[in-house]
Amino acid sequence: MAEIVLRDLVKTYPGAAGPATDGVSLDVADGEFMVLLGPSGCGKTTLLRTVAGLELPDSGQIVIGDRDVTYLDPRRRNLSMVFQSYAVFPHKKVADNIGFGLRVHGMAADEIRRKVSWAAELLQLTDYLDRYPAKLSGGQRQRVAVARAIVMNPDVLLMDEPLSNLDALLRLSFRAELKKLVNELGTTTLYVTHDQLEALSLGDRVAVLRSGRIAQCGPPTEVYDQPADEFVGGFLGSPPMNFLRGVLVEDGDTLRLDVGSQSIGAPRELRPYLGQHIHLGIRPESMVAAEPGETKGTGVLRGTVQVVEPLGSSVLLTMDTAGQQLKVQAPAGFRVDPGSELALDLPVDTRRWYDPESQLLLEVR
Amino acid sequence: MAEQTATRVSRQSRRRITSSPWLLLAPSIVLLALLFGWPLVQGVLSAFSGDSGLTLGHWQRLFADPYFLQALRNTLLLIVVVVPIQLVLALVMALLMQARPRFSGTHFYLWTIPLAVSELAAGLVWLSVFADRGYLNSFLVNLGLSESGVQWLNYDNTLTMFITVVVAELWRATSLVFVIVVAGVQMIPKDYDEAAQVFGASMWQRLWHVTLPLLRPSLQVALILRTILALQAFAVAQALTGRNFPLLVGETYEWYVNLQNPAVASAAALVVLALSLGTSLAYLRAMRQPDATG
Amino acid sequence: MTAETASTSRVLPPVDRAPLRRRKWRRAGVQAACVAITLFMALPLVFIALAAFSGRAALNEFPKSLVPSEFAVDTMTSFLAGTGTVPALGNSLLVGCYTVVLSLLFGAPAGYALARHTFRGKDAYQLFVLLVRALPIVVLSVPLATMFLNFGIYDKVVSVTLVHTALAMPTTVLITASIFVSVPTDVEEAARVFGCTKLDAVRRTVLPLALPGLAAASIFTFVLSWNEVLGAAVLTLGHRTLPAQVLASLAESPQAYRFAGGFALVVPALVFIAVMRRYLLNMWGSTLR
Repeated sequence: MAEIVLRDLVKTYPGAAGPATDGVSLDVADGEFMVLLGPSGCGKTTLLRTVAGLELPDSGQIVIGDRDVTYLDPRRRNLSMVFQSYAVFPHKKVADNIGFGLRVHGMAADEIRRKVSWAAELLQLTDYLDRYPAKLSGGQRQRVAVARAIVMNPDVLLMDEPLSNLDALLRLSFRAELKKLVNELGTTTLYVTHDQLEALSLGDRVAVLRSGRIAQCGPPTEVYDQPADEFVGGFLGSPPMNFLRGVLVEDGDTLRLDVGSQSIGAPRELRPYLGQHIHLGIRPESMVAAEPGETKGTGVLRGTVQVVEPLGSSVLLTMDTAGQQLKVQAPAGFRVDPGSELALDLPVDTRRWYDPESQLLLEVR
Repeated sequence: MAEQTATRVSRQSRRRITSSPWLLLAPSIVLLALLFGWPLVQGVLSAFSGDSGLTLGHWQRLFADPYFLQALRNTLLLIVVVVPIQLVLALVMALLMQARPRFSGTHFYLWTIPLAVSELAAGLVWLSVFADRGYLNSFLVNLGLSESGVQWLNYDNTLTMFITVVVAELWRATSLVFVIVVAGVQMIPKDYDEAAQVFGASMWQRLWHVTLPLLRPSLQVALILRTILALQAFAVAQALTGRNFPLLVGETYEWYVNLQNPAVASAAALVVLALSLGTSLAYLRAMRQPDATG
Repeated sequence: MTAETASTSRVLPPVDRAPLRRRKWRRAGVQAACVAITLFMALPLVFIALAAFSGRAALNEFPKSLVPSEFAVDTMTSFLAGTGTVPALGNSLLVGCYTVVLSLLFGAPAGYALARHTFRGKDAYQLFVLLVRALPIVVLSVPLATMFLNFGIYDKVVSVTLVHTALAMPTTVLITASIFVSVPTDVEEAARVFGCTKLDAVRRTVLPLALPGLAAASIFTFVLSWNEVLGAAVLTLGHRTLPAQVLASLAESPQAYRFAGGFALVVPALVFIAVMRRYLLNMWGSTLR
């Protein structure tokens, strides 16, 4: 077990237009579950492969548990990995697959057998040890891949989208199982995914990557509630965060954001933006929709319902507010017809403010 | 089911009328039966029949010929030596290609040229190297390693003749194995090798535990093909040594063209056929996998 | 942001560059091995070219200098002027071209059938075709010679062509099958929807798309025919192909003739591989299985 330190990692693939990772620095604490999240091509897999040693960085440094491993061969890093394709050897039985790493390290046969049966027990593979992978289902193959990785008792566990090839139902159940397993083992884990739900549910911390850089790194709740920039807010959440564009004006000694003919209160820390454009970010589930006239106050905007989508656990409304589109998540029992007017309450503590130029979160309060 | 068949009716009837696949296959089957099947039967018949019905006389003549036993020995020896070296060499070449060296395109081009060089041409190419006044001896003399060179192709010296034929065969036919193995290597997903690396396998362990087992189908094809083709080797030795280093197929040619005896030639040819079929069957039996793992 | 900037002050161990150096040595080793194998493959070709373009005196010189002292064409010209060379060259070209046409005529429909239809006996047919591949040519050439004598086509271009066509059949069928598989069916079906007959649809849509692949298969067949020596040697007497001619005159010809002949036979191989490089892996990789 060990911590991971990444410093200014730069990796450009030959012939590529830009760098795959562009000066990434990240600290993963001992025993921490760190998720690398981002859209495809953001460099998250490259980062993972660099930690594994399957790619070498152009510059920067990787330290695992006080040992520099930047250019070390993968086999000397004492880590293990779960591949997206599972990479379970088709020509070896399940037991030999799980024991592969131990065997090439020259461990005694009965010791291997003991450890393999321990790992097989954990992942409910005991009945399949004598089978070839061709006779297993996708989910079982994935279990073999995980068992093979944990049996090594590695310093660091790397996982490259391990759930993406499973069907939706299996993914959900295995996600919970994986979380429990890694929690019990307490191994430092680096986990790559493009699925925000996976990231939020599994990670102790989530690092959101965008074009080779870390846009934000923090606990899942923080990343979700306080997106560091508009990209993170738009990438996390389904539907994503809404961004309203308006002009900051003065109203007595308070500030207000003018959105079309309506306006909404703004904190006084935003004074430097007076008279300028500014973006208001708000999550669809943070807004409360009601009949117009029921609520009045500084935090209310009116809008027209365009589309109503009942989703079972909630009702998704697409609204038009002063020419800008808003997605609003209303409770499951909410009934409204397209074309009708609604008042939207935007609670003060759920409003996030972004600089329209840099798209960065503006610290208020 | 009912409506499914209904919608497919037009399609199926159309197919049945216009193009039974056998109609398309027929020309090739007729051609092969005529040019390969019939002669094969004829060859077997002529090898066993003389002026007065069935006879083993041709076979007695064949086995009484000292050249034939030599040819049999040489051919088998050539296979035993050349084929394993070729497999290993081709594997090394394929792995080198996999390491993406600089100028890999040029290397690949040069390594595959012999694929298109005929046996005869290959023999002549190496004749320019191994001839008494050839380039190898010139090289040796220029370096001062030898006074007047080695008589590689002297009819007394079976060993050096054997070496020259082995080298020429290696040069000519390793390309084929190489291309088969490279195609096989390319079909193995990279993940397996990377997984082995991450789990701590050294280069040799990766080769032994991952690459070789996954390459098995390609290696089998290469092994069977090369053995059968090596049994038919002939023109390389002919070009290098004439009849001084006889090979089985060369004897067939000799009996037919120079000794004008088609029946004995057929008998010799049947020996080649028997060996081909025998080794193929033996290989297939030995390689049958214990488990159907795909 | 805050989390990682907080600990930048941490003292990290120095970057270990030893693995990089090891890697560099390994790469150098790979490079050296590649060069060594390339030399083994290329040098003999250089030598035969040198020999073919040396004069009589230079060929007899010993020890030869490895840097050619002169460029002489008389070895090549005397080979070309030798009895039978030019007609043999012509025969080789004729046989090669006829073989290409015939084998496509016989083999391509079979390849199309294998690619587009599933039918009982498909495996049996493929096995049959592959079996033919395993038959030694020498077994067939002797009875074939007798047969052709009876039909009165012994020692004719047509007889060699027939044998080469049969020899090329397995590869032609399997290669064309793989080509037709790669041409999508819906193009053909679209053409039929717009009113083409079955044959028309194949002619207008499939053939143009398959043409590059068919060209590759043709070159392949041509080289097979160009290189085949034993069948041609047994089946001809006066109308030999070039390899058969060279083989037949090996015994009584001077070395200069052999070198020139060898060079003449090698040149097409250089061109062939240069043209076919891209197709090589696909063809051999998939068709041999």
